[in-house]
Amino acid sequence: MIRPPLKLIALLLILLQSACSQQAAPSLYQQLGGEAGINAITDGLLYEIEHDSRIVHHFADTDIARFRRLLAEQLCEISGGPCKYSGETMAKSHTGFNISLADFDALVEGLIKVMQRENIAISAQNQLLALLAPMYKDISYR
Amino acid sequence: MKQAMLSLVALTLLMSTSCLAGSKIIATGGATNIEGSAGGGIVPWAVINGYGSSDEWAATAFASQVGVDDFTLRSIGASISYDNNWEWSIARQTFKLDSLGGELRQDVVGVKYHIAGELLYTSAPQLSLGLQYKKHRDFALPQAIGARDSSGIDLYIAATKVLLNAVAGRNVLLNGTLRATKANQTGLLGFGTAQSNDYQLLFEGSAAILVNYNVAVGMEFKQKPNELAFANEQHWRDAFVAWFINKNLSVTAGYVDLGNIAGFANQQGYYLSVEGAW
Repeated sequence: MIRPPLKLIALLLILLQSACSQQAAPSLYQQLGGEAGINAITDGLLYEIEHDSRIVHHFADTDIARFRRLLAEQLCEISGGPCKYSGETMAKSHTGFNISLADFDALVEGLIKVMQRENIAISAQNQLLALLAPMYKDISYR
Repeated sequence: MKQAMLSLVALTLLMSTSCLAGSKIIATGGATNIEGSAGGGIVPWAVINGYGSSDEWAATAFASQVGVDDFTLRSIGASISYDNNWEWSIARQTFKLDSLGGELRQDVVGVKYHIAGELLYTSAPQLSLGLQYKKHRDFALPQAIGARDSSGIDLYIAATKVLLNAVAGRNVLLNGTLRATKANQTGLLGFGTAQSNDYQLLFEGSAAILVNYNVAVGMEFKQKPNELAFANEQHWRDAFVAWFINKNLSVTAGYVDLGNIAGFANQQGYYLSVEGAW
């Protein structure tokens, strides 16, 4: 009687499985560097806002700690990470600020600067921009 | 021409250290086409020249040269724009007849108004209406070969969209332009003919992939009328690489196929353009 090479089969299965999981594309959240990456982008963006005279005035009355937490939650959630954004809708949270196209451009430029500095792959940058760009209609001129 | 390009580069480098550009994202002002309008090399796009976003002013200056087998087209010009909605431009074209001898000059005054959509941020494309008033400065030759008028007005509507993360993780720009024109060889051979003074509705298209924030590689197609009995006129094509070095300076190089011009077949060659923006 031939004994089935159980160990060999098990090994093959494990190899196949790991090959499969390597083929599955990492989520955008992973491409951005997971929790640490999102935190770095969030802090970087806060730094850019603080040093951008074009838009910093919009944040004069902002609770920065709360804003930081909500921004990180949102970036985490839209990129497929294990978070739940707990803030208001984009439309509601920007009402009264009258965010212009130039303001929105300035923030996007700041985000690009941060992502470049963090050496995030261009395809991951573009994925994130593609997720954020449609928010323009809810954020601008309210 | 070389001097014009070099001095433009020098001026731009000089001013780029002291001059703040507008808020628009790099490359979103496009290049300047041979007629002085923001666009690709031969097609006007819906984008507004320079980097002025809402409530901001911007200015650009450009010099370009197209060299094909028997002709050389040099263009220089400038534009100002406001609010990312209005663009006013002027350009002087000098069309050198390298094989025949002599040159033809044409001036183009353009205005463009952005009516809807935002290039990057709305699902609808950016839409703009444009007008180009063209005035030939050496009309004797075009008249002798059958052109009716020394000046003409082109009207166009352009739709331009950047699709984020569209191909291999890269952003892609698509543009379609519908132009109503009476121009023969874009006006370099005058407007209308003895037989016809009708407008023609023509399509122009561009597609480019943004390799990164600073480099775009693309192609263009420009449908042309074929009205003059004197010689065939054919559609134009080009392939280009544009390098947006920073918000103050960009350089575009390309290959062009202009088909038959004034009886000279297979006019192919290079396209080179430098633009400064402030």
